[in-house]
Amino acid sequence: MPVLKGKELRVVGFLCNWCSYGGADTAGVGRFSQPTDLRIIRVPCSGRVDPMFVVKALLGGADGVLVSGCHPRDCHYSQGNFYARRRLETLKTFLPALGIDPDRFQYTWVSASEGQRWKNVVSTFVEKVHQLGHAPRIEEAAPYLPLAEKGDTLPAPLRPLAWPAAGTLTASLEQLREKIRAALPELDCVIGWQQGFDALHATPLFMRKPEDVDKLTWGPLNVHNLATYLPQFKNRKVGVVVKGCDSRSVIELLQEKLVEPDNVRVFGMACEGVVDVERVRKAMEPAEGAACTDVAPAAVAVEGDGLAFEGDTPVRLKLADVVAEKCRTCDTPVPLLGDVVEGNASAPAGPGPDAPPSLEALDAMTPEQRRGFWRAQMDRCLRCYACRNACPMCVCRDHCIAESRDPHWTTQEGNVREKLQFQVIHALHLAGRCTECGECQRACPVNIPVLALKQWMNRSVLTLFDYRAGVDVNAVPPLLAFAVEEKNIKEHGL
Amino acid sequence: MMSFARYIARGELARALDDMARGRVAYAPRREGDAVVFRPRAEGEEPLLARATVPPKGVIFPQSERLFAFIREKDPNDPGRTTVRLDSTVDIEPALIFGGRPCDARGFHIFDRVYLNGPYRDPYYAARREATVVVTLACTKAGSTCFCHWTGCGPADATGSDILLTPVGGGDEGGFVAMAVTERGCAVLEQANLPEADAARMDAAQAVHAATQAALDAQSPAPDLSATPARLLERFSDADFWRDMSDKCLSCGACTYLCPTCYCFNITDENDGGDGMRGRRLRSWDNCMSSLFTREASGHNPRMGKALRLRNRVGHKFSYYPQLHEGVVSCNGCGRCITGCPVSVDIREMVVRATQANEETPNA
Repeated sequence: MPVLKGKELRVVGFLCNWCSYGGADTAGVGRFSQPTDLRIIRVPCSGRVDPMFVVKALLGGADGVLVSGCHPRDCHYSQGNFYARRRLETLKTFLPALGIDPDRFQYTWVSASEGQRWKNVVSTFVEKVHQLGHAPRIEEAAPYLPLAEKGDTLPAPLRPLAWPAAGTLTASLEQLREKIRAALPELDCVIGWQQGFDALHATPLFMRKPEDVDKLTWGPLNVHNLATYLPQFKNRKVGVVVKGCDSRSVIELLQEKLVEPDNVRVFGMACEGVVDVERVRKAMEPAEGAACTDVAPAAVAVEGDGLAFEGDTPVRLKLADVVAEKCRTCDTPVPLLGDVVEGNASAPAGPGPDAPPSLEALDAMTPEQRRGFWRAQMDRCLRCYACRNACPMCVCRDHCIAESRDPHWTTQEGNVREKLQFQVIHALHLAGRCTECGECQRACPVNIPVLALKQWMNRSVLTLFDYRAGVDVNAVPPLLAFAVEEKNIKEHGL
Repeated sequence: MMSFARYIARGELARALDDMARGRVAYAPRREGDAVVFRPRAEGEEPLLARATVPPKGVIFPQSERLFAFIREKDPNDPGRTTVRLDSTVDIEPALIFGGRPCDARGFHIFDRVYLNGPYRDPYYAARREATVVVTLACTKAGSTCFCHWTGCGPADATGSDILLTPVGGGDEGGFVAMAVTERGCAVLEQANLPEADAARMDAAQAVHAATQAALDAQSPAPDLSATPARLLERFSDADFWRDMSDKCLSCGACTYLCPTCYCFNITDENDGGDGMRGRRLRSWDNCMSSLFTREASGHNPRMGKALRLRNRVGHKFSYYPQLHEGVVSCNGCGRCITGCPVSVDIREMVVRATQANEETPNA
């Protein structure tokens, strides 16, 4: 096979049956000379091209991928290429997050009569790929783990995170409990939090009887996003307690009709940040490599802007040092919908940063470092899919394509490529839907920083479509819509 | 059994490990990002003494392994006929696992009962198990999710290990008493040319064992679990009980893949290239919390929801396995399923509540 030995590179082309495939045919009939690197796959419409086709090809060793369809306004199915344009442009802005050169992927429009144009498109693209050379493989990148175990300084939170005084907090919690008790008779259950296996860990609580409500807790240990549980209560009335950020997930679920507005009762209070247990572990400075269960304090008390840990060695930690990353840039401390018991929250001290810290770290890396970063991080992935199952927007659950044999997206191979590929599937399926609740990363038992991929995707969506998920129940997600003239998508000259 | 004991000074540990691991790939805990995982250790590398986030079971029972490759060949004289050639060479290197805890090492014992000493002998597991020396580090601290003393394991349990190290003394003065548990452990320890552990140090090691045991007992006295296997069977059809237990479960596989005793696997064929002419048969970890674990070819799934899947996980460890294996529970109380669970599902709570008779009458 000359493909690997000769000077040819591996370029995959996905061509629309009605236009570009015909265009390539016309070029052939016209006997235009063309590069031979391209392997064409005919698809019914550019709208059929799942961005994962492209990613799978690139992760699998393709040196370049070209998608070509009918010109805008000229789609055989009227609108397929308009949707394709949004998806493919989103993908193009996402590829650098993986350390893949976005120039290795291009999409364009060629009609069936444009033999000459096809020749130009394919020659230009293949030449571009030749300039880039063989695509480097992620699994062969030098591992890169820049994050220090300790001492990584984080920017100050956007708001001066401070929980109300203990008395106020107790009074609000009691008020919340009252509301839940009153609503309980009409509901299957209400989902909240209670203390978990030690004083540092809360755990979800399913309140069915009035006495269950006594166990409800409120505070910075309520890390879980309970909206995740809502879709499983289909056709049953259920209540849920939310923080500000969690409420955005509920909005997103309502918007996508994954839960019925009549079937969900939302209770909430303003939040002043939740802890990142990993950060608590680091801040407590236990013995080298100790786990979070080794710091197990006897009790944890909230004291304004800090947490008091009682135990053998009492410690006070500042919230600003141990809160989850999402709390640093949080601008929705108060739930955006539902029955809000306590709506007072500290105001932002200034404008939000351009990017959350993990995304900034990823931005600062070179493409090669990013490949090394994901190689090093994904290596320890257990493929347990906690990231997926903790995600409030991952509603396919038992039918996820990550485990399906047909279509066969991922193999059972334990390698970095398969593991990363699932993370890309997750990020792509969340494009325009992710509210950055961070559950994927929090749930990861081996602490892989997978949230950064979603942050990258969200930034792409914001830049391209000026859209943020989970704010407006009546909004239309950007990838389920299109504009005939896209404001922020420029034609790529080929 | 504990007649062969040596002493390793703290500063000598890396050197001693180099010697013990001669001719073997040594796996030791290493910090990677915010997790501690077992990785091949470079010679002279100072090992991390932390308890790993993920147990070392993958060294002997890999996350994914190739059982064989298959190549279909067309008969040149009769293209309609193909023959299948199998390549089942397995590349197994002698290995040494350093720094697992007693609960990790005992996991291999739970595996042995199924894959070595049961009615079927698993050749892949057997080959790796026999090629691997297990050097275990006794625990000196009780984590908040540790409950090894409930399950027949313990902070100094040597089951499944070849050598048990016990940290004695503190700071630079400190060191490790290394006790050989098996013949092989003896031979490996001998390679390191170490001084014999004197009586005082042996006593110190015993004191460490007793102190950790006492700390565990003080933290959570072991309940009587003798009735658990039967009680779990009684609870089998108690839908409300299992709904309550599994309400918060996300049905992911974190608990299973972090478990040193979970031994279930899946077998799949993966094609190389699109023509189906060559490929590999893989064996990879599987978990009973996944829908695919029980989904039948017809599409029917006898374990439709997470309640039934969680029931299987608890039932298997504390009822079905012990009934087949002389009462040995297939849980070593390492607590990783609790720590690693995104929503802190606590297997201790489930076992205790299932064991309590008539704790609450099931709703009629």
